[in-house]
Amino acid sequence: MISTVMHVLTIMLALVGAGFFLVGTLGLLRLPDFYTRVHAVAKCDTVGAGAILLGLAIHVAPHPEALKILLLLLLVLLSSPTAGHALAHAAHDTGLEPWMRSTKEEA
Amino acid sequence: MTAFFWGLGTFLLLNAGLCVWRAFAGPTSLDRILATNVVGSKALVVLVLLGLAFERSLLLDVALVYGLLNFGITIAATHFLETGRLKGDWQR
Repeated sequence: MISTVMHVLTIMLALVGAGFFLVGTLGLLRLPDFYTRVHAVAKCDTVGAGAILLGLAIHVAPHPEALKILLLLLLVLLSSPTAGHALAHAAHDTGLEPWMRSTKEEA
Repeated sequence: MTAFFWGLGTFLLLNAGLCVWRAFAGPTSLDRILATNVVGSKALVVLVLLGLAFERSLLLDVALVYGLLNFGITIAATHFLETGRLKGDWQR
């Protein structure tokens, strides 16, 4: 009974994470500007990897490997938004122009 | 459950392959750094899935080091851009 619930939780969390990864990939490919791309990718990567790793930690739960997977989850939750912020900050500091529909139509 | 892990890993690898196109064609160097960061974080999840599918806990340690290196590469590249050691093609 408990193991069935854990299997279902693992599969649902992994599918949610895979969906977020797919949305992040589409945003990286289709959005028009660096700022919009970093906006799409930073959030989708954090939630996607976080959901998949949480599901895998539930899957191996009584085993001590689950702690290692939770450590990886903590690393992803800390490092992915920090990397996104650093990228956007570097772009803004060096003067990369954001995309605007109005200036493009006038030009 | 192992078959599900294999399928999920294959899906993530296909996603990473699509992201490589942005790393190849990105108009600015920041796009390329962002795309390699995304590919790295997908590879981290794939490494964990492989470690569970093969029942090798060594691959979890590899994934941990991989994530730390990925973070360090991104921070170093953005630091070089901010201090002016690297120049993007949008700067004059």
